[in-house]
Amino acid sequence: MPALPLDEAGKYVAGAYVVFFTLVVLYVSIMASKIARIDRELTELVELAERDEQPEKEPVA
Amino acid sequence: MYSKGLKPLSIATVVAMAAWLAMVFFYAPLDADQGFVQKIFYVHVPLAIVALCGFVAGGIFGVLHLRKRDRTHDFRSYVAIHMSIIFGTVVLITGSIWARASWGHWWVWDEPVLVSFLVVFLLYCVYYPLRFSIEDPDRQARYSSVFAIAAGAFVPINFAAVRMAEKFTHPRVLSQTGGSMPGEMRLTFLVGIVAVTLLFITLWKFELTSKNASVQLKRLRRRLEATA
Repeated sequence: MPALPLDEAGKYVAGAYVVFFTLVVLYVSIMASKIARIDRELTELVELAERDEQPEKEPVA
Repeated sequence: MYSKGLKPLSIATVVAMAAWLAMVFFYAPLDADQGFVQKIFYVHVPLAIVALCGFVAGGIFGVLHLRKRDRTHDFRSYVAIHMSIIFGTVVLITGSIWARASWGHWWVWDEPVLVSFLVVFLLYCVYYPLRFSIEDPDRQARYSSVFAIAAGAFVPINFAAVRMAEKFTHPRVLSQTGGSMPGEMRLTFLVGIVAVTLLFITLWKFELTSKNASVQLKRLRRRLEATA
């Protein structure tokens, strides 16, 4: 096949690079959501640990 | 544990990718035969090479796991294969786009390069159901390592088969005689391989760090809930 003219070839080249960068961005977004979940869980665990450390208050007579 | 050196690695990846893109569009000359469409080559081929190397790396980590009985190697093997499947998906999509632009078809079944890569890709798609159908962690790691080694050994055979195939529709870019690319194209291609390799290693380390943090958190939660 003869080489495609620039205007027609451009959309294929753009398509290939857009697919690549979209998947990279998608992957980074998934990683960001995982890190946010880890951060939330870590906060929960810190709260749990601090609650356990506090001495139970004696009931007032 | 896995996050060591992640910051400089990420910076190096961004710099290498920026240099690679600049070279693709402003430095590498237009191909005399294919014209502007040949620019797809600079993203498609480095991704394919790095994905195949990732599959082989998964096999090497599988060997290390079976030899040393260290679960971290199985973990590394799993993440390397996982990353290679993601990269492989991009290879198949960009390959189809290039095929459509160059040959007028989205897929050509008599092209050995495309079909052999698809065979390798489909082979590795079996890895997930195999791994996650086994509940016992030791057996899961052992069976996954055996699969990673067997499939990893198949990848160089696939590469050799493509080289020995009669039709060479794709240009030979890595050969002892230097291939058929002029200097600027070759340099751009090599920078592309470096950039994509750095991207693979960075994402691999990110994934390892994230998965390791999740595992450590679960252990910590179990311990805290047991003492509560």
